[in-house]
Amino acid sequence: MIEILPDKCDFCGCCVGICPEDAIELKEAEIKIIEQLCTNCSKCVWSCPIEVLKFNRNGAKNNLNAK
Amino acid sequence: MQNEYDIIVVGAGPAGTMAARFAAEMGVSVLVLEKDRDVGYPVRCGEAVSKAGIEEFIDSDPKFIASVINKFSFIAPDDTEIIIPLEEEGYVLERRIFDYELAKSASEAGAGFLTRAYVNGLLFDNGRVSGVKFEHQGEQKSLTAKIVIAADGVESRVGRWAGLKTHIDFRDMESAVQITAAGINDINNDTCYFYFGKEYAPEGYFWVFPKGNHSANIGLGVGGNIGKKKSALSFLNDFMRKKYPQASVLTTIAGGVPCTPTLNKIVAPGIMLVGDAARQVNPLSGGGIASGMIGGSIAGTVAAESIKQHKPDYILEYEKKWHDRLGKRHLIFNRIKEGIYNFSDEKFNDIAHAVSKVPVENRSIGKVFKTALFNKPSLLVDVAKVFLF
Ligand SMILES: Cc1cc2nc3c(=O)[nH]c(=O)nc-3n(C[C@H](O)[C@H](O)[C@H](O)COP(=O)(O)OP(=O)(O)OC[C@H]3O[C@@H](n4cnc5c(N)ncnc54)[C@H](O)[C@@H]3O)c2cc1C
Ligand code: SF4
Ligand code: SF4
Repeated sequence: MIEILPDKCDFCGCCVGICPEDAIELKEAEIKIIEQLCTNCSKCVWSCPIEVLKFNRNGAKNNLNAK
Repeated sequence: MQNEYDIIVVGAGPAGTMAARFAAEMGVSVLVLEKDRDVGYPVRCGEAVSKAGIEEFIDSDPKFIASVINKFSFIAPDDTEIIIPLEEEGYVLERRIFDYELAKSASEAGAGFLTRAYVNGLLFDNGRVSGVKFEHQGEQKSLTAKIVIAADGVESRVGRWAGLKTHIDFRDMESAVQITAAGINDINNDTCYFYFGKEYAPEGYFWVFPKGNHSANIGLGVGGNIGKKKSALSFLNDFMRKKYPQASVLTTIAGGVPCTPTLNKIVAPGIMLVGDAARQVNPLSGGGIASGMIGGSIAGTVAAESIKQHKPDYILEYEKKWHDRLGKRHLIFNRIKEGIYNFSDEKFNDIAHAVSKVPVENRSIGKVFKTALFNKPSLLVDVAKVFLF
């Protein structure tokens, strides 16, 4: 699953503009991945200019098991 | 605040405020909802714009102009520098003040503003957008409108809720990072600097735009394909270590610049998209201030006409008007961009060497282009490719 490194996000919206699933919620100073919509495609990770997002394989496994 | 407006605009950037102003000037009721606490802040922008680009909308005013630009400097991968005098002046703005002044002009025309209002959904009536849902001061609220104008910037979520496909390919999003730094002593205040090549910003460019008193906006954008391997931040850190190790960094911002042609559909029943949300940025330069204001002004005017004439479907005209004014041109710019993305460092160097033989007073962007071709006929093939495909 996609992990957001704490306190690093600049709330710029770049990742939101490319997310094919509309799975990122961004307020003035608050960001959240909507896990039910996220397909773990990692495009947001590649587009973040300041390395805030990480793909976490273990998390993804847990997420699938949980379903 | 009323419960009902003719037009609700989401987002108070240049595109949203111009949509609001042009609509309000025609006598319809307009409210702008902005999620941030201040209009114009934070500034996610290099702030460079042509004088003509802003004067269509607001008189030049020293209070929002940090520097007046009359030269471009292009720096090739081998450090060859080409200076090109501009035929038309440009500015580096103080966007914080500029955006605020734009909003003030919309407000003087009669538009209302509500900040810290986060729009999180749309209202529908028989499949037609009929208003917005939003969060304000911890409460969930809603407002109805005859037309919603989505000016929500690079994120462009509002349009998606109306069924428009607004997300773009990650390769076409320039991931950008910029610092404003002091202690940049070797730049001229009348020159914008652009660096090209693999080391600086592959599939993009690196910029240094002067802001007066030896300070500058320094940043870059890279396509998602590059960002996948090395982030924009990491390119910026390398550049600063090499060029300006002594600089003091005043602010750092991240951002995304959607460098694509405009979306195919920027109108759906009851809703219009403007600015970055519609992907109206010039895909070659990444500039979106002037083009966003143009998109906003056309949409605002068409929306007000549609309301006054009781013709809801008239808003479709906006798509055509935008396409004729700039959309078509952006298609060509996008092809050129794709051509330039594929230039090797050697090619950038070759062009710079060819142009450096031309006396400065004879240089203009158009002439540089021709000279590059004349001195290096093999480039003709590349340029032809860029223009033809
Ligand atoms: C690093 C960088 C450098 C740039 N440099 C230049 C440059 O030098 N020259 C140039 O011309 N252009 C430049 N651009 C592009 C330019 O900044 C944008 O094209 C321009 O700001 C677009 O204007 P806009 O009104 O469409 O969107 P924005 O200015 O982004 O405004 C959108 C507004 O909508 C608000 N919003 C978003 N979602 C919601 C919601 N759900 N509810 C309420 N409000 C919402 C946002 O808070 C924001 O205020 C640059 C961009 C970046 C990222
Ligand atoms: S991984 Fe893909 S679907 Fe999930 S938030 Fe990122 S871009 Fe969206
Ligand atoms: S792209 Fe990065 S910095 Fe920008 S909003 Fe997304 S996670 Fe935050």
